[in-house]
Amino acid sequence: MSELNNSAPKKGLAQKFDDFKALDARDKRSVIGNWLLDHAMIIIIVLLVIYIQIQRPAFLATASIVNIIQLTASRLPIALGIAGAIILTGTDLSAGRVVGLGAFVAAILLQKTGAVGRFFAVGDPWPVLIVILLVLAVGAIIGFINGFCVAKFKLHPFIVTLATQLITYGLYLTVSSAKQISSLDESYTTNLITAPMFKIGNTPVMMYVALAAIVTVIMWFIWNKTTFGKNMFAVGSNEEAARVSGVNVTAVIIGVFALAGVTYGYTGFVEAARMGASTGTIGLNYELDAIAACVIGGVSFVGGIGKISGVVIGVVLMQLIMSGMTFLGISGSITYVIKGAVILIACAIDMRKYLTKK
Amino acid sequence: MQEPTQLLVMEKVSKSFPGVKALDNVSLTVKAGTVHALMGENGAGKSTLMKCLFGIYAKDDGHIYLEGKEIDFKSSREALDNGVAMVHQELNQALKRSVMDNIWLGRYPKIKGLPIVSEKQMYTDTKKVFEELGINVNPKTIMSTMPVSQRQMVEIAKAVSFNAKVLVFDEPTSSLTEKEVDHLFRIINMLKARGCGIIYISHKMEEILRISDEVTIMRDGQYVATKAAQDLTMNEIIKLMVGRELTNRFPPKEYQVGNEVVLKVENMTAMYSALQNVSFSLKKGEIVGIAGLDGSGRTELLENIFGSANRKEGKLILRGKEIHNRTPKESISNGFAMVTEERRATGIFSIMSIRDNTVISSLKKYLNHHAYLSNKAMAKGTDWSIKAMHIKTPSQSTKIRALSGGNQQKVIFGRWMLTQPEIFLLDEPTRGIDVGAKYEIYQLIMDMAKNGKSVMMVSSEMPELLGVCDRILVMSGGRLAGEVDAKTATQEEIMTLAAKYV
Repeated sequence: MSELNNSAPKKGLAQKFDDFKALDARDKRSVIGNWLLDHAMIIIIVLLVIYIQIQRPAFLATASIVNIIQLTASRLPIALGIAGAIILTGTDLSAGRVVGLGAFVAAILLQKTGAVGRFFAVGDPWPVLIVILLVLAVGAIIGFINGFCVAKFKLHPFIVTLATQLITYGLYLTVSSAKQISSLDESYTTNLITAPMFKIGNTPVMMYVALAAIVTVIMWFIWNKTTFGKNMFAVGSNEEAARVSGVNVTAVIIGVFALAGVTYGYTGFVEAARMGASTGTIGLNYELDAIAACVIGGVSFVGGIGKISGVVIGVVLMQLIMSGMTFLGISGSITYVIKGAVILIACAIDMRKYLTKK
Repeated sequence: MQEPTQLLVMEKVSKSFPGVKALDNVSLTVKAGTVHALMGENGAGKSTLMKCLFGIYAKDDGHIYLEGKEIDFKSSREALDNGVAMVHQELNQALKRSVMDNIWLGRYPKIKGLPIVSEKQMYTDTKKVFEELGINVNPKTIMSTMPVSQRQMVEIAKAVSFNAKVLVFDEPTSSLTEKEVDHLFRIINMLKARGCGIIYISHKMEEILRISDEVTIMRDGQYVATKAAQDLTMNEIIKLMVGRELTNRFPPKEYQVGNEVVLKVENMTAMYSALQNVSFSLKKGEIVGIAGLDGSGRTELLENIFGSANRKEGKLILRGKEIHNRTPKESISNGFAMVTEERRATGIFSIMSIRDNTVISSLKKYLNHHAYLSNKAMAKGTDWSIKAMHIKTPSQSTKIRALSGGNQQKVIFGRWMLTQPEIFLLDEPTRGIDVGAKYEIYQLIMDMAKNGKSVMMVSSEMPELLGVCDRILVMSGGRLAGEVDAKTATQEEIMTLAAKYV
């Protein structure tokens, strides 16, 4: 058997430094270069924050930080859902429109009694708990359909979710007649989702931040501690290997997409309350931001690779960039250019890790 | 002494695919506590038969009995649960996951009463299996960071860990070194002593005769014979496999190596691999073999010469003129050709036709008016290749994946012949190719040399190097350990050199 022992003890810092000193100049340069590239995203964030802070001292004021946290909280669950699809070497384009549909369902069931132009002319708002379960179920059903088509018909997720995106949006438009649904009940909005939990300085932090944290913990648990999570990584890494090892690949794929659907439904529920209304633009292009956040956070399209912490960092970074651009007074149009560039750079750096050097 | 019990009986199993009868009434009986070798050329139906047993394919006809009870597995899961495990020919592993994640995939141990995977138990269980089998690998290592041979051992450990009664090994040694093969055989003997029945599929005769108790031979999807291993010789097996007698395993040499030095390699050192200071020269019409253990830098040497790996230092002198070969493209224009080690991964374009696979390296030759590709010219080139390489194919438009390994390799040889190279770099040119086809590949290599081309050939099979080459360079630990004359050298001599810098 191979004598190569993989369980070499971890080297101490001093040892590492001695190793480094022993290298010739050329190798030293490449070690430093690799370290910089491996940590490039973090270095960029830090430099960016320092730069903006010098330019606009209000950037790191509490109000602004809380704002970034809240924006992150609103976009995190959907990114966590999509990350699963990416780990399976897939993607999910239906996310944004499912969020929109979820927001609509939540809004029509939770309008105030007797509101002007109420969707259902008569009736009271439903109990919030039932509505949230219903919205999650709507997301799960669409996710189930996505997963079913991917697993059973062997279609590429890009195609399947492009189709369900269109279908979902079409259904939403048909039922809603593209009307805005506002006057939402307090039991849903200011008493729940946007209820202030506590204050940092003078700025209240809203309830959905805590909810997002709970969702993140649940997702972390599912990914790392359950059979389902481990199977997801295995299927993403090598589907055939998983199959011959006795994993029910179909169930795993359906499960991942259905779980993603649940996170979209949840996001829809939160978004309608946050915006105070359901409109046709809720959810628009959310999937693209979420996919970008995932790849920035190291969830790789090669499959089988990704961490919850990476997704969180990715979402935070996206929000930091957006918020920073606003602070610097950079126009929205240029923001797109910067977002695109960040995605390209992040992916190029990420890909480097999987290239075998010869 | 008591007769060993019949553990697994496969009776008159048949399986058809559209247009082919892959299995025609094949029977196989495996006794407990024995190793049963299954032999036959590629396409003889060995893997198909095993896939029918394992539930990957549904058999059309026939019966399978395990310990006297009829079985018909619908999925690999069911087979595993019933004590039938298989080490697949293609390594099917989740490379980005850890060793232990791979071993327990599909049956992760849970913390009692909770839906939580117990990492701790996975770790200790893996350690236990490895200790029992004498495998020295950290269960937490990520698969992709380990060499292929270690991944292969992990796959074997996984099959053993199912406590299976019947274990199928499908070409388990194709990427193992001799030392690791010895280790595998110790494991197999241990399983034998436990009363397991082992089905062993391999092309390597020496191995088969060493490890097996009984040998069943198949040909063209049909059962040929089952005999006790001790009554068989290599020549008899070959005769049964190919249905005719192969008097020589290697074609005769009927040419003289020239005196003109074509290529000089000086101080070749790789940037990212262990290859260090390798210098040698290559003559016109010469076949130089490169021997060494897995990971000794054989492949890396070829890759550095061909420019598909990054060079740190080193000089290449072609007919007295220095060349650089910075990229494969540059090397090809300098008259080099390279047949890569892993044919399926880096050799063929499996879903493309034989014609596309043939002309891909010499497309510029088929341009009409320097603008568009001429189908007629490409068909002509491909026709030449099919004839010259004796490729057996129904047509040029057949997808290359439909061909046998030997014929695929011949297509690749033809591809390179069309670029009219001077120097051929061959990395394991006969890996995964059956006996009959190997002979034809050897013939092609010798023909090249006869026509004044120079060949460098990496191989793990020493008889092959001794039979085909003029001279053998032996690599060890990334360095050139020595050089032997193929006419006079022995396997022991080569092995000693190969261990020099380990």
